Amino acid sequence: MASTILEVRGLKKSFEVKNGIFGKKKYLHAVNGLNFSVYEGETFSLVGESGCGKSTAGRLISRLIDPTAGEIWIDGEEISKWKESQLQAIRKKVQMVFQDPYASLNPRMKIRDIIAEPLVIHTKLTKKEKQRLVSEMLEVVGLNEYQGNCYAHEFSGGQRQRIGIGRALIMKPKLIIADEPVSALDVSVQSQILNLLKDLQEEFNLTYVFISHDLSVVEHISDHIGVMYLGSIVEYGPKEQIFTNPLHPYTKALLSSVPIPDPTVKREKIILKGDIPNPVNPPSGCKFHTRCPDVMEICKGKDPSLKQIHTDNHLAACHLYEKTIKNQSVIV
Amino acid sequence: MEDIILKVEQLQTDFQKDNQRIRILNGVSFHISKGEILGLVGESGCGKSLTSLSIMRLFKGTSGEISGGNIFFRDEDITKVTENQMRKIRGKQIAMIFQEPMTSLNPVMKIGEQLMEPIRIHLGYNNKRAKQHAVQMLTKVGIPRSNEIMNEFPHQLSGGMRQRVMIAIAMSCNPDVLIADEPTTALDVTIQAQILDLMRKLQKEENMSMLLITHDLGVVAEMCDRVVVMYAGRVVEEASVHDLFQSPLHPYTRGLIGSVPKIGQKKDRLESIAGRVPDPSNMPKGCKFAPRCSDATAECHEKEPSMLEVEKNRYCSCWLYDKGRSLISG
Repeated sequence: MASTILEVRGLKKSFEVKNGIFGKKKYLHAVNGLNFSVYEGETFSLVGESGCGKSTAGRLISRLIDPTAGEIWIDGEEISKWKESQLQAIRKKVQMVFQDPYASLNPRMKIRDIIAEPLVIHTKLTKKEKQRLVSEMLEVVGLNEYQGNCYAHEFSGGQRQRIGIGRALIMKPKLIIADEPVSALDVSVQSQILNLLKDLQEEFNLTYVFISHDLSVVEHISDHIGVMYLGSIVEYGPKEQIFTNPLHPYTKALLSSVPIPDPTVKREKIILKGDIPNPVNPPSGCKFHTRCPDVMEICKGKDPSLKQIHTDNHLAACHLYEKTIKNQSVIV
Repeated sequence: MEDIILKVEQLQTDFQKDNQRIRILNGVSFHISKGEILGLVGESGCGKSLTSLSIMRLFKGTSGEISGGNIFFRDEDITKVTENQMRKIRGKQIAMIFQEPMTSLNPVMKIGEQLMEPIRIHLGYNNKRAKQHAVQMLTKVGIPRSNEIMNEFPHQLSGGMRQRVMIAIAMSCNPDVLIADEPTTALDVTIQAQILDLMRKLQKEENMSMLLITHDLGVVAEMCDRVVVMYAGRVVEEASVHDLFQSPLHPYTRGLIGSVPKIGQKKDRLESIAGRVPDPSNMPKGCKFAPRCSDATAECHEKEPSMLEVEKNRYCSCWLYDKGRSLISG
């Protein structure tokens, strides 16, 4: 078994929200007790709809924001309480690729300088050395040498995302957190970037934490998947398990909602009622109970915990399965 | 003969840029029959949204202008009607919903007011009747507490709810054709499923014709009867939804379908289309897709192919199909 590169224990982040100057303080629990491990060389995906906390989770892991509680272990070191000065060491190992390739590149910098910037910050290489590494990186991500002297606005969305990936890779990181890296791109370009990410993973033995709302993309790229709803993981498992044998009613609904580009496929859709609840004022008990087609009395009062169901490494947080576990233990 | 309700013929739309006229749409043709859902697909910049704006003639404040072609609504060429006549068609006979439910509703106007405006103007109802009708419409699109929502503002509603309001406004005058421009792109998948379900239900109930513009091939496969594929301001292929997905003809369509990851399909690598969409002010000579096409021959770079009926009811504009079928490989 490959070793664990990232481990997250009880990770929490709350943001303070106020209604006016004298309003009562309220907390938005964006991430509410995340637990998961990511193995070296794999792709772990966090999926969920807007506001489920997947991006916040990504920013916490890279320590772009400070967690409220919990532990983040990267390569055997607990970094959740490290100070900014200490974090420099982690930034070499953990890099991010952002969603919006238009907003995440400085418009006044040449591409060459954008890609070289991590080297300027983290290394004492000579100018020549840096330039050599940048040229290499341009080639790795599929850009021409001369394009290095252009500015971001001269590139298309897909090319900009290549630049963003180049910048993340230049430090030879172990872990890349990719926050919706292909959602702003057209499908034909999206597939180019997905293929590139896969190639790079093999070449550099990279580990990805892939954050996305698009289940078809997630199925294509992941090894393990965590499905998030309102700040918590409701189901975790290997890709095959999640897609062929989803356990949580939310995962089932999510999967059945994805339109399949094949008119011959006819399936029963699970259409959820209502909207995602306001995270400032989440429902009691299981947070999904207001929209769940299988809701029971117990769901309204008690929040289920993430537990192993049938097979190894396939976890779900749902009261539906509490019974099966109990029954099984009775039989055993 | 099927009942054709909207027919677009050789539509050309130009924009002005730096004192230069740039042709964005170049000979777009298609038709929609009564009760049919026609999908218009393509990637950003292919002109699919502009096609809908051209049909509605929504060019105010831009340099856009229809410079050629006809748009027949029933038997009337609506490119020839005056702006005043167009206002009577717009919203009443041809209605439209947009991608961004956030920006297409007026933020400082109550939902009720926005909903009653077209009802009063097009149907000539008085306030009381218009209000009744508006509440009915809100209920019809599945909005709970519709009476209260009438007095709320768009920012108080979620994205899915706003899109429902947009649909209620568009449907309020019982239009013959509904143009939906990326109606679910800004929404989460579970909400998208709700909205698509609602649109399908309403379309069936009213036997309405619909032009569904989207980049999402999954949505197309689920909703549409027939599909028109656009590239660089031109129609490159037209087919029934089954034919299109089963055996796409145009290399662009093939690439597009191949590049979408599909749930349940175990593929290690996705197909992709090299390069990118050409710049409208600097279009390549010949077939506009030739620079990205793996099947391109010298001829493709020289001459633009024309639309051919390759099989019955299957149209494609590609040189591959012009020289006999021997060239076509599975």
